[in-house]
Amino acid sequence: MGGALTTASLASVVPAERGPHRGNGGILLGLILPLGLALGWEILVDLGWADGRLLPTPSTIVATLSDLARNGDLGSHVLATLQRVALGFLFGVTAGTLLGAISGYWTLARRLLDPTLQALRNIPSIAWVPLFILWFGIFETSKVILIAVGVFFPIYLSLGAAILGVDRKLVEVGRVLRFSDREMITRILLPATLPSYIVALRSGLGLGWMFVVAAEFMGAEQGLGFLLVDGQQTGRPAVILASIVAFALLGKVTDSLLATLSARFLRWQDSFKPAE
Amino acid sequence: MLSLTQLEKRYPNGTLALSGLTLGIEAGEIVAIVGGSGCGKSTLLRLIAGLDQPSRGRITLAGSAIRDPHPDIGVVFQEPRLMPWLTIAANVGFGIRHLPEAERKRRVSEALDRVGLADRGGHWPRELSGGQAQRVALARALVRQPKVLLLDEPFSALDALTRTDLQDHLLALWAYDRPTLILVTHDIEEALVLADRVVVMQPNPGRVRLDLPVPLARPRNRLDGEVLAWKTRLLAELGHASRPLSNDEVFPAVAI
Repeated sequence: MGGALTTASLASVVPAERGPHRGNGGILLGLILPLGLALGWEILVDLGWADGRLLPTPSTIVATLSDLARNGDLGSHVLATLQRVALGFLFGVTAGTLLGAISGYWTLARRLLDPTLQALRNIPSIAWVPLFILWFGIFETSKVILIAVGVFFPIYLSLGAAILGVDRKLVEVGRVLRFSDREMITRILLPATLPSYIVALRSGLGLGWMFVVAAEFMGAEQGLGFLLVDGQQTGRPAVILASIVAFALLGKVTDSLLATLSARFLRWQDSFKPAE
Repeated sequence: MLSLTQLEKRYPNGTLALSGLTLGIEAGEIVAIVGGSGCGKSTLLRLIAGLDQPSRGRITLAGSAIRDPHPDIGVVFQEPRLMPWLTIAANVGFGIRHLPEAERKRRVSEALDRVGLADRGGHWPRELSGGQAQRVALARALVRQPKVLLLDEPFSALDALTRTDLQDHLLALWAYDRPTLILVTHDIEEALVLADRVVVMQPNPGRVRLDLPVPLARPRNRLDGEVLAWKTRLLAELGHASRPLSNDEVFPAVAI
């Protein structure tokens, strides 16, 4: 879940309507450390007190990024990676939501499915890589499936657990109103679990970004993960760092996008608002 | 219209919550069910609501047996139980999704108007006071135009002023369609102000101790001498009801 935590920062969990109170002071405060370190390293290397060959300076990384962007390489790598994450996320979310809802709602389904899925969950997902390559080939299918597997588990787990935690009293209202199973799920259980579901989506997305790297390590001709391997094999740390920066930016942007899109569905929440 | 015959409810843990309970309730009647805690009054309401099934006996509404929630039976719980993710208007319309949109909107705004919250339709439940939220719960139940409305201590969590206000309000709402009201309460005054008939229950196992018509004229004043006399009498009965089986009549005192 490490990947999830790095992209889903606590600050962005706080709904947007409280934004104005935070002001710019908080953001500036958070920038001091990384900018200070970057600037310090830049100066140290510039003065010749340190060797920037293995850890290139920020300016070198920026130059590498803009080189890659100019000759069109960066765009096609980013596109390839984004496409894999998007497809894997889509499949993982669909399967996780369906199975999570089913096993949360029907005890029989839970008893049937959950032990197996829990056992599978304990297999490090990377361990599937050789098998997936044998089954689905070295190309896109195996990569997308690996990402989908990574996305699937946090969604399945949180949704199943959240449904079991829904207030019985609200469910009874649905029973009195004679809701069908489908209505009970779509009109009470899913909305009630939406806050935890959105957190699950964000952890899933974080894991998706983690797994795309693993997927692209296993033989890709394009993608940011390929760029990492390429940078290592050709001895260009600046390329490695450039693609790491690209990963960080993409992860942050997609997570913020998800958080922003979901915020309007959570306006109803009457939740704890931390003091400034 | 609603008839309960020889109802028995035994919970899986062995507790006998109700035994041999028989009761007939007429259309449009307002019945208050009172009794100390543990006398099975909430269990009874859950059985009529179809949320639980009796171990023995049967419940029929206009001749048809009830084992599941029935479209003609509405329930208002002790807590408002509004869906926090829906606006007030959407909460009121929650149980009439099967109706065409225009009809639904008309009924929702009418119901909100009746409970005096016409201007709150677009608000969230968290923005309402306890009394307002309970009125929304009433509107949500009434918008389906039930023939029977069950109320499980609906005002017990509210302060005294709001409570009397909502009791009067309930009577006004009842006057529109005159559904049968079955009100579980532990508040004698509430029972006397609202009900045509007070059913006193007693525990171990839960059963009817006393089934008492209340022939007082309406509107009833809470401080009226006759109401107070009835109150004293009922309190005495409840004193018996909450005591374990015994015939001694020495202390017909207050005990709730």
